[in-house]
Amino acid sequence: MEHGQQARVEIVDVSLAYGATPVLREVSVAIEPGEFFALLGPSGSGKSTLLRLLAGFLQPQTGSIRVGGADITRVPPWERDIGMVFQNYALWPHMTVLQNVAFGLEERRLPRAEIDRRVASALELVGLGDLGARRPGQLSGGQQQRVALARTIAIEPKVLLLDEPLSNLDAKLRIHMRVELLALQRKLGITTIFVTHDQEEALSIADRVAVLDQGVIQQVGTPVELYDTPANRFIATFVGTINLLRGTLEHTEGTSVFRSDALGTIALGRVATAAGAAEIVIRPHAFVLAAPDLPGEAGRTWVSGTVVEREFLGEFVRYTVRVGETDLVADQPHFMGEPGFAPGAAVKIGIKPDQVKLLRA
Amino acid sequence: MPAGFSWPQAAVALAIAAFLLVFLIVPVVTVVYVAFVDGAGSFTLSHFGSFFSLSLMRESFWNSLIVATLSVVLASLIAIPLAYFTARFEFRGALLIQTLGILPLIMPPFVGAVAMQLIFGRSGSVNLLLGEWFGFTLPIMEGLNGVIFVEALHYFPFILMNLVVALNNIDNSVEESAQNLGASGMRLFRRIVFPLAMPGYMAGAALVFIKVFDDLGTPLVLNQTNLLAPQAYLRITSIGIEDPIGYVIGVLMVLFSLAALWASALALRGREYATLQRGYGGLEKRRLRPWQAAAAYGWIVLVLTLVLAPHLGILLLSLGKVWSFSVVPDSYTLQHYATVFEESPRMIWNTVLYCGIAAGLDVLLGTAIAYLILRTRVPAAKSLDFMATAALAIPGVVLAIGYLRTFRGVELPFTDGLLTSSWLLLVIAYTIRRLPYALRSCVAALQQLHVSLEEAAENLGATQARAIRRVVVPLMAGGILAGFVTSFMTAAVELSATIMLIPSQNDAPMSYGIYLYLQSAAGRGPGAALGVLAVAIVAIGTYLSHRLISGRAAARETQPLGQLEALNGARAAGAG
Repeated sequence: MEHGQQARVEIVDVSLAYGATPVLREVSVAIEPGEFFALLGPSGSGKSTLLRLLAGFLQPQTGSIRVGGADITRVPPWERDIGMVFQNYALWPHMTVLQNVAFGLEERRLPRAEIDRRVASALELVGLGDLGARRPGQLSGGQQQRVALARTIAIEPKVLLLDEPLSNLDAKLRIHMRVELLALQRKLGITTIFVTHDQEEALSIADRVAVLDQGVIQQVGTPVELYDTPANRFIATFVGTINLLRGTLEHTEGTSVFRSDALGTIALGRVATAAGAAEIVIRPHAFVLAAPDLPGEAGRTWVSGTVVEREFLGEFVRYTVRVGETDLVADQPHFMGEPGFAPGAAVKIGIKPDQVKLLRA
Repeated sequence: MPAGFSWPQAAVALAIAAFLLVFLIVPVVTVVYVAFVDGAGSFTLSHFGSFFSLSLMRESFWNSLIVATLSVVLASLIAIPLAYFTARFEFRGALLIQTLGILPLIMPPFVGAVAMQLIFGRSGSVNLLLGEWFGFTLPIMEGLNGVIFVEALHYFPFILMNLVVALNNIDNSVEESAQNLGASGMRLFRRIVFPLAMPGYMAGAALVFIKVFDDLGTPLVLNQTNLLAPQAYLRITSIGIEDPIGYVIGVLMVLFSLAALWASALALRGREYATLQRGYGGLEKRRLRPWQAAAAYGWIVLVLTLVLAPHLGILLLSLGKVWSFSVVPDSYTLQHYATVFEESPRMIWNTVLYCGIAAGLDVLLGTAIAYLILRTRVPAAKSLDFMATAALAIPGVVLAIGYLRTFRGVELPFTDGLLTSSWLLLVIAYTIRRLPYALRSCVAALQQLHVSLEEAAENLGATQARAIRRVVVPLMAGGILAGFVTSFMTAAVELSATIMLIPSQNDAPMSYGIYLYLQSAAGRGPGAALGVLAVAIVAIGTYLSHRLISGRAAARETQPLGQLEALNGARAAGAG
């Protein structure tokens, strides 16, 4: 199965409200041809609404949607050629797998031979070639999802929409399907937009991610950009685990320092941000813990604290360290034979200035 | 689509609204209007004054109230223990109780009434035996007792079925948490189970009340005419369509129906908590102790005997040469069936024709209204639902009076005939009266369909109309069929509107034919034979549709794998 066309999707100033409740506010984002694009956000952020706008089940009150340069804002769902895989798969229980997959092709009035060929090839592609005669009720969750996928790609849509595609699968299968989904997308080269509330899922497979909150796109970027340079506090707290500290930014003699009650003074090098109240973000794994009597590694700012909690997570141990009035989360890699620190132990905690991300307060 | 609605959708909604307006709202409003205006067209309460000044009317008023109330009480006494047994205990009688639940409904109460008189009447089988053996008799069928007895036995399934559903909807954990916090036994039942099941009971009880109030056939057959429905019928047919007393009775009947519905709606408020957390299914089922099992089975056997009595009685009557002053008929014959087939094949055909059209219209309207309220944003679609459901509160007699008055003198288009002397009006009355059942059935079927099933079809290129045809309707088929069968079945045994709207004997359906036969002693045999045929037609129809529905559901859910393998093999062989 080939997809000659790779469509660019442009969402321009789209707004939608249910009554007085705004769901999307002037959302603009462009998805590049062939891109695997994720819409990430907490529930109620408007990400599924945006997907339904793309599919045509909702109409924006203002703004427009363009696919491959053509304005499709007022085109009904059945004329859009934008395939969608539903969260609950939405397989029709009264049709067999074959009939489900053939449906869209039949609606396009293709010759029977062509339909049979494309149904077979779509089922082959998702690895379900021999289950065509079954009914959806006789398939496992993973198989049902493959059928939903086959049914959608059989029509060779310009754009593929995936609504929380992995949320109904168990943890092991989810990771397996994630890899498969990406491989399939790369093979077909089809522009794909998928909605998820799981940041790990979005970061691990998407080329780029748009993070939505309260109907507004907070940031669009590659997974690394979102993780390393969060645009605001919401992104910082939503993507990954963080330590967020309030304090003040001061500029002195060519360098900038961040002063806070918890960590004292941290030199940040030259920062363009205006002096005043500020917040910094530090990832848990950027901290180093050491026994208080050992000499601290140079190039880090060291402060003293007490371990209050210890959570063993396998690859690493997550400590909660109390420094003054503030609790910091610090992840330390775990190696065989290393006891680490027990709750109550006095430790010193080291911070590298280049691992500190400054946010405007 | 929240953004709006399409013009075809609005056009369908308007057409349905117009139909309901002309054939439900206007006739009922006409009845109310006539009851409240004098000859000059100004408001008056004098008709009500003259109603209550007539001692016969006062008596009928109180009698109707007493009969309906006591029927509810008796029906509850029968139904509550049965419902409790099925929901609470694990025993084999559950299937029997389910059978009990539908058996009475397939025979019209007025048909059963004749048989009940032969079995329980003053000189009926039971009293003959009692008198012979013990020297006393029971006045079961004397006067209003007979009406109450027949109605309660006929309509208790409404309470039974609603109560069983309500009890099954109570989550196991609700009861367990009460036990965990220290409640048990009667206290648990009184504080937790009973309040949660109350809405279901009230819904059933209100239906029984309305049905009994509305029933015209049973009192007429038992010759108890001092009740409201027979009085309305007698006033209109003997004095004429101008007699205001008939309209006053109509208004009173509507008011009592509304009051009953209002009471059950009141109990339904706050019902949300009853079905909030489903998952485990009904209450924990216990095993019966031996003496409990004996008591339960005893009660079931007693009720089953009573429920079967009219059926058995009608069968005996249809086969008996003479049945009078004897426990069972003295000799048997098939002559009555021959008479029926000779005299009234037309009636059987009429029933199939009228009820088929009415039930077909009902599911068409029901599906359309269900779709409009659940899937579109057509303004005021909910009011269609409300209007259609309001038909529940309109007694057949009242609707019929409204039709006769509203369409007086209206000519059928393209013919010379009057609308009031055509069987079309009867079909429309059936359609309106049975629409609430078909509508609920269609709404339930559509509610169970996740909207994404339809969206997936549109997403893959099916227009809205094609998605409805290829996905929505096939998946709703079970519910639509169930609605059709319910409408058909209940319309086939309808007598209240039939008896008033029937234009000529030639156009009469079976229900009217049975009633006519039963009027004379000589006609009782053929009447019973026709009754047996009606029951058979309804029963066969129910059974076939049940088979069809469960067969489809089974094919949808799980097909045995072996069968599938065979299917694949056949496919491969065919391809090769």
